[in-house]
Amino acid sequence: MPSPWHEFCDRATVKDNVHIPDGFLATPVWAALDLAAAPSVAYMARRAQREFDESRVPLLGVLGAFVFAAQMINFPVGPGTTGHLVGGALLSFTLGPAAAAAVMTAILAIQALVFQDGGILALGANAVNMAVLGVLAGYLPFALWGGGRFRKLAIFGGAALSVLVSALAALSELLVSGVKMPFPVLGLSVALFLISAALEGAITLAIMQALARIQPGTARVDHKLARSGWSRMLATVSLATLVLASVGVLLASAAPDGLERLGEQTGITSRMRTLIHTPLTNYRAAFLHSDNLSKAAAGLAGVALVYCACLALGRIAARNRSL
Amino acid sequence: MHHVVLDRWSRGSTAVHRLDPRAKIVSLLLLLIALATAKHSVPLLAFELALLLAAGFCWARVPVVGALARAALVLPFAATFAGIAWLAGDPARGLSLAVKSYVSALAVLFVVSTTPLPTLLRGLEAMGAPRFLLEVAQFLYRYLFLISEEAQLMRAAAAARNASLEAWRGNRERFRAAGGALAVLFVRSYERAAMIHRAMLARSFEGRIPTLSINRFTTRDIVFVVLSSAIPWALRFVTAAS
Amino acid sequence: MTPLIEVRGLHYRYDDGTTALAGVDFQLESGESVALMGPNGSGKTTFVLHLNGLLMGEGKVVICGLQVQKKHLGMIRRKVGMVFQNSDDQLFMPTVLEDVAFGLRNIGMEPEAAAARALVALEAAGMPPAAAGRAPYHLSAGEKKRVAIAGVLAMDPEILVLDEPTTFLDPPAQRSLAGWLSQLPQAKLIVTHNIWFAAAICKRAVFFREGRIVADGPVPEIADRFGWDFAAQPAN
Repeated sequence: MPSPWHEFCDRATVKDNVHIPDGFLATPVWAALDLAAAPSVAYMARRAQREFDESRVPLLGVLGAFVFAAQMINFPVGPGTTGHLVGGALLSFTLGPAAAAAVMTAILAIQALVFQDGGILALGANAVNMAVLGVLAGYLPFALWGGGRFRKLAIFGGAALSVLVSALAALSELLVSGVKMPFPVLGLSVALFLISAALEGAITLAIMQALARIQPGTARVDHKLARSGWSRMLATVSLATLVLASVGVLLASAAPDGLERLGEQTGITSRMRTLIHTPLTNYRAAFLHSDNLSKAAAGLAGVALVYCACLALGRIAARNRSL
Repeated sequence: MHHVVLDRWSRGSTAVHRLDPRAKIVSLLLLLIALATAKHSVPLLAFELALLLAAGFCWARVPVVGALARAALVLPFAATFAGIAWLAGDPARGLSLAVKSYVSALAVLFVVSTTPLPTLLRGLEAMGAPRFLLEVAQFLYRYLFLISEEAQLMRAAAAARNASLEAWRGNRERFRAAGGALAVLFVRSYERAAMIHRAMLARSFEGRIPTLSINRFTTRDIVFVVLSSAIPWALRFVTAAS
Repeated sequence: MTPLIEVRGLHYRYDDGTTALAGVDFQLESGESVALMGPNGSGKTTFVLHLNGLLMGEGKVVICGLQVQKKHLGMIRRKVGMVFQNSDDQLFMPTVLEDVAFGLRNIGMEPEAAAARALVALEAAGMPPAAAGRAPYHLSAGEKKRVAIAGVLAMDPEILVLDEPTTFLDPPAQRSLAGWLSQLPQAKLIVTHNIWFAAAICKRAVFFREGRIVADGPVPEIADRFGWDFAAQPAN
């Protein structure tokens, strides 16, 4: 987001990815996302847990602490600027998507509670954005292409996509909630998202390469997935959905008059129509007179998207037996 | 580090500290919802709730100014959007956004500064939140400080070796060095987890992490929940009506 | 009398093929305290990990009359209390009390009873009752070691194994720990480089070299023979 990204040396987290605080999202939006997050996150947790055995808890907890700690290591970006790792993609490459989602959720909870980074009612939204969509978006390219010649690109692309998708999802939720964002601000935000996505890609790649030298075999692609035709197709479709949805949001925000309508029509107190659509996700809630109803519809559409994503993820996770 | 401060505040022994965490969680959620769903006279309601919370901090002997300052961590983000809204011609909306964010953060801080985090997480578990996730969060919090220290040491060590590199070449080298440092930290964390698991097995771990029982819900807790949930909602209706 | 620990011809190889233990024979009687000494990498820690089945190699390992195999592990791990070198890896629960009670809860004790027993163990370890609610992060190295040992003693083991317990401890803490340990009735196996500490608690020492025990005798004699004492001349 357009706020300055200053580095505070003694803070464990720097606002680089969007943790939405309380008070920003419209009630239908945060409520719908809390409702969507609960089963998705519970599902991931069950998958990560493997039949009521809690032996993996120490590993996941410690790696969660690692991600926190990693956010303190600065990577030089340019003159006077530094960035840091977000971590969702790295976790999914090394632990698998279900465990990564569980760790990200735990991280979000700790960040909200201990560091006042992200709201409590908004926890569902943040979890959907970062622990579900972000992890999925990061994992899919790696699962599809991480075992072959394009491994580096898959790693970079996966990490970049995970940050980009999380940020764009957050952006959409804010826009739907009526948070005012005139074109220049929106443009700047998107530009910053793209930069941090590229940065995440580069950092994750640097770490994965170093890992391969120190401890080969830490992040192996499950070959069963690579060979199975059905999961490959499902994975590719899910990935395409996410990419197109992201592109759609980008385009919607880039179009000037689309934006004007967004700015004027999505106010909470406004009684006008809401029209937000991206090519594949059908967020269309136009021609509904009640603004609450339209927002609920938009929220439900979001829920539907999340459920589809989780279904795809579940299929893939079922075939993924790495670690 | 500032989470150490919060840890210290949360280990006090006032009546508030000793309340059942579930009571505090329920009250928190009701207050947050009251504030989040408010549409009229939002700044006034937010101010009243802030006063209520300040009184709460006093009762819990948590430094009020410190708490108010800490909640202000949300302000850069919120104030930016508030400013944008103001510039776009809707200052009321912008103010509403900023105060809702701030007071919500203050309310969360009230609960977290009067309940040690492990106790809070156990309370959530008792209320039905997924156990596995909460256990992961417990371990995360337990090792957070430790691994952060390790990371700081690595950062200092790396910084000590960078002084002589040229500017542009330094950046690329530093990037790779940082990546290497994180990879080492990752591997160390993995190994640490293996050591922990080993120690767990040595003490008869069979696959389920045991907990000690949580406090019983007392009358005092019930009174607290009723009062602290009713007051924000009452304030909301009174403020909206006037 | 049946020895508490009986090891015959123990061999162990790492995943990459290197030999860690090349045929170890060892015996421990009830109430005995033995120091395990030797160069780093000589197999001391690898050896003790076989005593509660954390590692399983080839050869005979019998603890209190029970063969170390999967079906006996539950019982064996109650008899062998192991304290690892790094207390931070051992105190993994959110509070001190929960950590000390961990083992007790695992063997089926009810929460209230486990908490009560844990408090007793903490007191016996010289920790004030107020420490029960504290987070392990806030303890000093000496306190952490005491709590770790308390967590193990709470389970009432017959054998206490400590892997390099004086690492991270300053001299006063070492003295205090030595004093406490020498009072405990359990048989003790202490992996250590610290001759003074070994001598304060143990009468007997064994010396490991390249995966074998090459000497077994009183602590001062072993130290002298292998030059393990700073005051002595290095032997060949």
